[in-house]
Amino acid sequence: MTEENLALEIRHVTKRFPGVLANDDVSFTLRKGEIHALLGENGAGKTTLMNVVYGLYTQDEGEFLIDNNVVEINGPSDAINYGIGMVHQHFMLVPVFSVTENMILGSEVTKGTSLDLRRARREILEISEAHGLEVDPDAIVENIPVGVQQRVEILKALYRKANILVLDEPTAVLTPQEAEDLFRVMRALTEKGVSIIFITHKLKEVLNVADRITVMRRGKVVGHTSPHETDQKGLAAMMVGREVLLEVKKAPAKPGDVVLEVANLTIEGERGLEVVKDISFEVRAGEILGIAGVQGNGQTELVEAITGLRSIDAGEIVLMGKKVPFENPRYLVENGMGHVPEDRHKHGLVLPYNLADNFVLCTYYQKPFAGQMLMRNHQAVFENAVGLIKRFDVRAPGADVPASTLSGGNQQKVIVGREFSRPLKVLVANQPTRGLDVGSIEYIHKEIVKMRDEGVGVVVISAEIDEILSLADRIAIMYRGKIVTTVDAKDATREQLGLWMAGVQPEAA
Amino acid sequence: MNDQSKNNEENARSFSSWLGALWRAVAVPLAAVLLAILIGAILLAISGANPFRAYAALIEGSFGSMKAFGRTLAKATPLIFSGLSVAFAFKAGLFNIGAQGQLLFGALASAVAGFMLKGLPPFLHVTVAVLAGAIAGALFGAIPGVLKAYTGASEVITTIMLNYVAINITDYIADGPLKDSAGGNIVARTPEILDSARIPSIGEIPVGFFLAIIVSIIVWFTLWRTTTGFEIRTVGLSPHAAKYAGMRVAFTVILTMIISGFLAGMGGSIESLGIVGRYQPGFNTGLGFDGITIALLGKTHPFGIIPAAILIGAMKAGASTMQFNAGVAKEITDVIQALMLFFVTADLIIRKLLRTREEDGEKIILSGWGQQ
Repeated sequence: MTEENLALEIRHVTKRFPGVLANDDVSFTLRKGEIHALLGENGAGKTTLMNVVYGLYTQDEGEFLIDNNVVEINGPSDAINYGIGMVHQHFMLVPVFSVTENMILGSEVTKGTSLDLRRARREILEISEAHGLEVDPDAIVENIPVGVQQRVEILKALYRKANILVLDEPTAVLTPQEAEDLFRVMRALTEKGVSIIFITHKLKEVLNVADRITVMRRGKVVGHTSPHETDQKGLAAMMVGREVLLEVKKAPAKPGDVVLEVANLTIEGERGLEVVKDISFEVRAGEILGIAGVQGNGQTELVEAITGLRSIDAGEIVLMGKKVPFENPRYLVENGMGHVPEDRHKHGLVLPYNLADNFVLCTYYQKPFAGQMLMRNHQAVFENAVGLIKRFDVRAPGADVPASTLSGGNQQKVIVGREFSRPLKVLVANQPTRGLDVGSIEYIHKEIVKMRDEGVGVVVISAEIDEILSLADRIAIMYRGKIVTTVDAKDATREQLGLWMAGVQPEAA
Repeated sequence: MNDQSKNNEENARSFSSWLGALWRAVAVPLAAVLLAILIGAILLAISGANPFRAYAALIEGSFGSMKAFGRTLAKATPLIFSGLSVAFAFKAGLFNIGAQGQLLFGALASAVAGFMLKGLPPFLHVTVAVLAGAIAGALFGAIPGVLKAYTGASEVITTIMLNYVAINITDYIADGPLKDSAGGNIVARTPEILDSARIPSIGEIPVGFFLAIIVSIIVWFTLWRTTTGFEIRTVGLSPHAAKYAGMRVAFTVILTMIISGFLAGMGGSIESLGIVGRYQPGFNTGLGFDGITIALLGKTHPFGIIPAAILIGAMKAGASTMQFNAGVAKEITDVIQALMLFFVTADLIIRKLLRTREEDGEKIILSGWGQQ
């Protein structure tokens, strides 16, 4: 294999965690100047492997070769010295620092005892020009869009002279347009000789941008392929280990009575601007209303108001014919509303808690989980967890492991299990599959449709047009705090929805 | 494999994982204590003393006789309460620096109840006096709780400032309206409590110590076995998730501070009724602040706090013997205590030495700011 021009070779790496074999004899090669996609479901071991490469973990077995020499990587600083740069799923930037300040953090350029920001700024501009990565070096990081923040992360790696770039789920936080930009940047980088490992579970992207593809499942490499040898279906089957339904199968909706009514809802945001403007809609039992829109158009605030997490400035919300008291999530729990929150780490789970406690997060005080005198019934709590783990196919070693140890998909299953197992009338699911893998998405979509068929009124909020199109019976499009229009899902097309989401006014019918 | 052996195996596994968890919890404080003692020995040697003789005297003065042991427990008792107070608030994510102030009010209120209420049978009098102190602490603890819940004011700042308020008000009361006038007294102190309000000792062991153990168990039970404890811990770990779950976050914050103040007040109460016999400014100095050290040394767990408080209590109890027998300034015990606090809070140093990693390696990776 030495004839090949390899930037990085991973040989037989094994990494064990207590109770988990995260990487099992994994081998992987990265050629110079290629984009090599590392594809796999959440928890397949992609991120672990890259953290081993980056020196955040130490492998139990196996070795690395960089430029055909065996190297020891004992920490990120070693990795950086060998020219490996990593862009994490969650950015490592200081929000109140400028782009330049963030860029030089950890490798500060100094003049005497003070920072030489001017020189740093110049160097950054040079690099960003050379690679076609436009950023304003003086912008404050918290003020720039997520896509640009990511660019800063990439520049940071290049500034440290990385020629092997690891991008961990880089598109999870991007809009489709930003993702396209990123792919353009990635291709440009490879032309300059940078080699890229692209970790993802999004099939379309892989086929679009990768030169070669390595698929991992349950800690093992299950196959190598390339975009012209396979298609989405083939990749999905490799990833999951069985045939996967990429489309949701569902019968036509049978809408019943109105279960949720939102009338003239107005919410002021932090700076006194109206983020939700006079929104009204209703949801019937047995239908799925999809709310589509590019992120940041008021969906978050709308959902927070409906689910009792935020107060409102005007309007009302009616659940099962009764006006809902504001900012009272407990009332909603007790009156049949389920909520799959947008941010599962912030709202959905208490990460240090075990699964059993997370499963009763909203009902811990009810029978049988609590008895007389505020006493908790641990046995009932655990039995509940064991049942739900089985019913919702949560892959976890037991009910007593902390939620933080689960993969994103399984964490989401815990939330879905908790919410869907309550007697619901209305279900609000905000970005229910964001950051999840194909298998989990399929599963959660199936469960949502099942809830609909059982007569629950469902609201799904998503920034992904495909998700809205495949789930919703009716689609409302949100733009700048308003519902632009509501259409029947049968009449909606991807292109039309995209235009409305981008702010093109619908023609008066 | 039959069910029985499967069960056994499972039990064995859960026991060994429990042992592992216990070790991970205890390793750092234990190492911090040993390291502090070691550095203390070096400091003693540098200052020309014989560290072995000094430590031997320290141990003799704290555990060497029943009397010494009783003294250790008497010193440990208020520390258990203030440690519990700090730890309890910590579970709700609150850093109660104000245990000192709450303790002072508790000490004063109990002392007042101890000399003012006349004609009560002993058991009832003690109960009423202890409750008076605990409630005084609770009310004073409620103030930062309310400020935090309704205005968002940091409890760290408000409790620090309220400590000064407490010191000055209690000083004033003990030197003004309720000053002891017996025998032309000129010292700032309240009159001596009645015998019926005195918390006795069984042999050398002060009864207050048993009360501290019982309260520790109640605190543990409340936190881990009741829905209220679940709410408190949830608010501490994730206020957002607590709100999502329908918990009353503001109410829980206030309740936690009330209970935290209650515990601190009880510590002051036991000190007044069991040791000092009245309220006298200066006698309770530092007990509340030591609670911070003890809470951290005890990993904010009620059952960790008891040994931590006994350790610090022993150093206080044995310091005089050490000074007398080994000719070492007793302030060295304060230095050792400070070193313990230092190493326990700077636990990264210890982890490096012990080579134990943070339990979940995820933390290192997920600490990006997008996750807040």
